[in-house]
Amino acid sequence: MNDMTVVDNTVETQSTKIAAQNVNVYYGESHAIKDVNVEIEDKTVTAFIGPSGCGKSTFLRCLNRMNDTIDICRVTGDILLDGEDIYDKRVDPVQLRAQVGMVFQKPNPFPKSIYDNVAYGPRIHGLARNKAELDEIVEKSLRRGAIWDEVKDRLQSPGTGLSGGQQQRLCIARAVATEPEVLLMDEPCSALDPIATAQVEELIDELRENYSVVIVTHSMQQAARVSQKTAFFHLGNLVEFGPTGQIFTNPEDPRTESYITGRIG
Amino acid sequence: MPTIWLVLVLIALSVAGFFLGRSRALASANGNPKNLHSLPSYYGHNVALSALVPALAILAAWLLLQPMLVDTRVSNMIPQEAVPEGTTLGLVMSDVRRVAEGLDIAVAQGAMTAEQARNLRTEFSDVRGLLGEVGVALGADVRPEVMRAAQAYRTMSNTGTTIMTIVVALVAVGGFAWSYGRTHKDFRARNVVEQGIMALLIIAASLAILTTVGIVLSMLFETRNFFTLHSWTDFFFGGTWAPNFRGDSELSILPLLWGTFYVSLIALLVAVPLGLFAAIYLSEYASAATRSFAKPLLEILAGIPTIVYGLFALLTVGPALVRFFGQGEDGILGVEWMTGATSVLTAGLVMGIMLIPFVSSLSDDIINAVPQAMRDGSLGLGATKSETVRQVVIPAALPGIVGAVLLAASRAIGETMIVVMGAGAIAKFSANPLEAMTTITTRIVSQLTGDTDFASPETLVAFALGLTLFVLTLGLNVLALYIVRKYREQYD
Repeated sequence: MNDMTVVDNTVETQSTKIAAQNVNVYYGESHAIKDVNVEIEDKTVTAFIGPSGCGKSTFLRCLNRMNDTIDICRVTGDILLDGEDIYDKRVDPVQLRAQVGMVFQKPNPFPKSIYDNVAYGPRIHGLARNKAELDEIVEKSLRRGAIWDEVKDRLQSPGTGLSGGQQQRLCIARAVATEPEVLLMDEPCSALDPIATAQVEELIDELRENYSVVIVTHSMQQAARVSQKTAFFHLGNLVEFGPTGQIFTNPEDPRTESYITGRIG
Repeated sequence: MPTIWLVLVLIALSVAGFFLGRSRALASANGNPKNLHSLPSYYGHNVALSALVPALAILAAWLLLQPMLVDTRVSNMIPQEAVPEGTTLGLVMSDVRRVAEGLDIAVAQGAMTAEQARNLRTEFSDVRGLLGEVGVALGADVRPEVMRAAQAYRTMSNTGTTIMTIVVALVAVGGFAWSYGRTHKDFRARNVVEQGIMALLIIAASLAILTTVGIVLSMLFETRNFFTLHSWTDFFFGGTWAPNFRGDSELSILPLLWGTFYVSLIALLVAVPLGLFAAIYLSEYASAATRSFAKPLLEILAGIPTIVYGLFALLTVGPALVRFFGQGEDGILGVEWMTGATSVLTAGLVMGIMLIPFVSSLSDDIINAVPQAMRDGSLGLGATKSETVRQVVIPAALPGIVGAVLLAASRAIGETMIVVMGAGAIAKFSANPLEAMTTITTRIVSQLTGDTDFASPETLVAFALGLTLFVLTLGLNVLALYIVRKYREQYD
């Protein structure tokens, strides 16, 4: 497989799912994100790339207000989900996070059974009226997470007992179980070996059918393989945003070119 | 020569050794420290330590062993018939030591010469009067065999001390000479000092362990003595605690054990919810600023001496409970359930307050050890903070919290002052928390304080109680540590 080959992923005409306008993020005194404008489309995989500390994870965490859990973090500007400002006072961040799911860098299954891990979100949000419906949701989510066949016979064994790649797919299944509209992934493959990475990437591509997926990654090959749109961040600025093919073959900004050719970062 | 002078001489020798060793090492390297294997001060330390440490160790061991050996030999000198009716050999021996001490003082003050002290005979002079003049009061006239034993005691002690001084000095000088002789620029002084320091640390650690073993052994021996005087079936399975110093006591641990468990249970019912909720607030909800002053404030509770808690129980909580549950028509509830301020509830409540910081601080550490990734995962699925705490953080931290509770329980079982002052002194089985009851620890205090005979079962029972308590708390601690450790392995 030639990793750098950019497949011309078909991009259907899509509506904007998330629109960020003039977003600034401050951690105490330091200015982490500077005037970022970006439009994330529905049923598309958008990749955020850039060197460490460039703010791509910080920006990702703004999209479901996970930064609210950090006391010193302050966000200005507008982030619109389906045209509604998610930082509006009337928006409940807890409800928002059910709509905008998140998968983290390190697989973090709860110390519960595989079944309870997936059923966690549906139970909290009351998505199932009875045990049969819950069973159905769990099975559907595990199938979407491409892990059903591996765990269907041991749903009651602990989720922490799975391998790293299985744990990450379990976490993805857990995230899709709450029926989110957007799925945020913060370097989901950085703790995985190449085989597990390939499985997760395949899964991301399948998830595109139903969700808008935003993925932060350090691997440019991965961004090229899975995404249709790519955003390049550098020192808190959004340097360039466009179709993945264009970013990797014909970048407009010299900083983007330096980064993807390995001169900075 | 008094021992303190010997120690001072040893220290002086050691200090001199430091400087001499250092300069000898430098001299062997022609004054250039770069030619030495180690830094010059290591050579100095090596000589200083070899002069001081073995000599001090021998001195300490000698000072511990000599009195025991002398005692044994002198007590063999006292004939069986010289021990009067109604006393023991131990009492006669304490007379002997007192007379020997008196003779030492008399010689030191110049009231008699060393020669006189050795040859003094009770048959010819009034020893009691002589010693009285130098300030050593004796209860009765000195009997001839006691006098002879005391003189033998003095002779042996003096000889022993002289030999000790010589041996210690020889060891010190020998250590000094040996390591001074070894000091040369190629000698690996740094490595030797490192080993010496390790040996010192090992000695410190083993002293702590040996002390524990010693305490346990002494309790074991006294407990064995107790069980030769009192039946163990009554102790473990009897139903009544009624010590009676005329003999014929019923000494059963069960009523005391019940009191102990009841008070501890109430204490835990108070401490576990309050402590756990405080820990959850501090670690999950409180801002850094709140946490930085609330946590130390909560931990101040842990610094209050338990006697102060006891006062609080006796003077504040007890009367308040009486106002609530007692005093008949004048009381708040208008009932007459509680008569005195001391009760299981009083002691349990106050002990619970004492345990709050214990539970909260341990649980706080354990909750903080739950990886942030767990919380992020749950919050990222749209759970609220309390859902996250209830369904993810607490289950993940549960083994550790159970461990913390068990440690708190063993604290509660062993706690003394609060129950002495707050729980009362009546040993009985009762489920009513408003009644006074008593615990193992309070009974140990009451059996050993006061004018008691150390050979009667009523006194020795304290050791059996203490040993049982020790086994109980040790078991709880081991269980708690096992659970905490098992939990730690989960995330490392």
